[in-house]
Amino acid sequence: MSAQLLSANHGAAMAATLAGRANREGRGFCGGVYPITPSTECMEFLCLQEIEKGRVVRTESEHSAMGVCIGASASGARAFTATSSNGLAYMAENCMAAANLRLPVVLAVANRTLGPPWNLWADHGDALMLRDLGLLQFFCADNQEVFDTVLCAFRLAEDPEVMMPAMVCMDGFILSHSVTMTEISDQEQVDRFLPLTTIPHQLGHTPHTLGQIEVPHQTEMHRQQHHAAMLGVPRVYEGVQDSFEAIFGRRPADAVQAYRADDAETLIVSMGTIGATVERAVTMLRAQGHRVGALRVRMFRPLPVAAIRKSFAGKKRIAVIDRNISLGLGGILWGEVRALAEPGTVVQNYLAGIGGGDVRPEHIVSVLADLLPRQVAGLPEMVEAV
Amino acid sequence: MNEPMLGGMAQTALDRALPLLRPGNTNCGGCGMSSLLQMLGHAAADRTLQFVMPASCAAVCGGVFPLSTFGVPTLMTTFASGAAAASGAAAVAQLNGEDTRVVCLAGDGGTYDIGIASLSAAAERNEDILYICYDNEIYGNTGGQRSSATPAGAIATNLRQGKQQPKKDILAIIAAHRVPYAASISLAHADDAVRKMRVALDLRGFRFLLALSPCPTGWKSEPALGMELVRLAVRSGLFPVLEIFDGRRHVINIEPDFSDEALDMYLSLQRRFQRSGITAADLRPDLDQLWQNLRALSGRIVPARRSS
Repeated sequence: MSAQLLSANHGAAMAATLAGRANREGRGFCGGVYPITPSTECMEFLCLQEIEKGRVVRTESEHSAMGVCIGASASGARAFTATSSNGLAYMAENCMAAANLRLPVVLAVANRTLGPPWNLWADHGDALMLRDLGLLQFFCADNQEVFDTVLCAFRLAEDPEVMMPAMVCMDGFILSHSVTMTEISDQEQVDRFLPLTTIPHQLGHTPHTLGQIEVPHQTEMHRQQHHAAMLGVPRVYEGVQDSFEAIFGRRPADAVQAYRADDAETLIVSMGTIGATVERAVTMLRAQGHRVGALRVRMFRPLPVAAIRKSFAGKKRIAVIDRNISLGLGGILWGEVRALAEPGTVVQNYLAGIGGGDVRPEHIVSVLADLLPRQVAGLPEMVEAV
Repeated sequence: MNEPMLGGMAQTALDRALPLLRPGNTNCGGCGMSSLLQMLGHAAADRTLQFVMPASCAAVCGGVFPLSTFGVPTLMTTFASGAAAASGAAAVAQLNGEDTRVVCLAGDGGTYDIGIASLSAAAERNEDILYICYDNEIYGNTGGQRSSATPAGAIATNLRQGKQQPKKDILAIIAAHRVPYAASISLAHADDAVRKMRVALDLRGFRFLLALSPCPTGWKSEPALGMELVRLAVRSGLFPVLEIFDGRRHVINIEPDFSDEALDMYLSLQRRFQRSGITAADLRPDLDQLWQNLRALSGRIVPARRSS
């Protein structure tokens, strides 16, 4: 274990490198990569690493980057790629294919606004566009969490009960380019944490086909299996956390991370780095006597419904802050969690940091000021940058 | 013209124990891709193969889950990702020291059009892949729409009048990547085709084979006449049969006799050329130019066609 100054991009690439090396006794490691701001440094860093029994293919597009991962994963290797924004949109078709083929590819996403008009800054709309494709989705709040979550993502994705791709999201620039001290695990620890990649349906020597035609009742069955595997992930993840803690000596964050939520009357729900800002604001607001708590949804797919419902129980008011907008509805996180509150709870949506604007503690304070007088929820409110 | 009767295609003890294309597949009668797979099985003999297929008739031919038409492990991938997924599979085979030949089998839509970016990139990286394009000159799987492989004068379901533009010269495009091997094969000349399949299977790096693949459904031709049509296309000079080593050395494998009669027969036996009324005389100037270039590239001084 060593502490290193790393950006989250480099941290994700470091985790992928360690995971890749950990499969050297297995079928090896293969990544497909293509540059896009702000995720470029992840693939650059990966391309500079020596990975025993590993290869990184520098492709001509994100679509092909995931295409390479599909070919590699179908051949039994551990596979990884990284992208952002339009790159993810371009890759989407193959993300769906990897998910439907139940291939445990791990994908690091530096969240960025979709364009044109071109905008390089953080917005969760890129990752959330792929919400329904059957990939696991995690949103991180700091660099250490990105590193740890990438390692956990390999373990989870390749778990025989799960067996599907996993996406680890970090807010573009805010995390991807911020350099902080990150605890980097030793290879020997990662070797113990990650079993050799075993994909039961990988192509071998028998003539079977992966991805041929299927008829409606078979698709129904496959979706049902995929959905059931998704629903089991929160339980499997607890086991992964235990195992991670036993080996690395630190516990990765929960699927849903609560902060001073138990005795709170008011709850502020968010994802990604806004969650860290909210925790800071909650500390300030608590000092002023407000009974307010925070809930950060780290695992977005599958949505940990039971954990969220439990945290929502007994709350009078809930603010859901979205760094994204489903045009014509409102925040996507709000759209998903509002039904999990008890009847009578005021669940109000706030749209903050859309297009990458700074979200600072004072924004959270203004959210609370707007929420507290409300007796019923209204339409989603845009929190303007100050 | 050198066309031995069985073209070396008789079943021998050297053949694979199981065919690449198993009985019960759903290909149309007279499909060129079926013949191609039979020849490939013959050429591959006991070599270990793995197929990667983008969306195509071949992908449909693969059969309905959980059955599989193909006699080797096969990965179906998205339309534009044939060469990319094959790159990943080939990389893993190489990392594990396996002698598996990764064969990407794609139609002209997946090769000339939507898949050309990933194809070009894999060729440029010189990935260890054998890429085979069965070119039926249309989007056959969706019912016969125009592709950039559709020849001048042919109609398509989305093209009422005959196509104005000539087809893309994909072989020249691939050869321009300086890949170790790029060749066109005639399904009507099995000796030559099987020989080149073996060459392509045994070389390392990026290899490309292009086969003119009769599609009775799309060409509006008699299923039984497919091989004859290919023979006419080769004989008339419409479909040059050649191999290109390292993008530099061009070898013409089958000499056409540049017969206008053969070319007119090729056109008249397919209803797709009927509406435009295109004739050998319309095509000949372009073909003369094409063959002059091929002569120059192959270092032969024989003129493409003697002026009569």
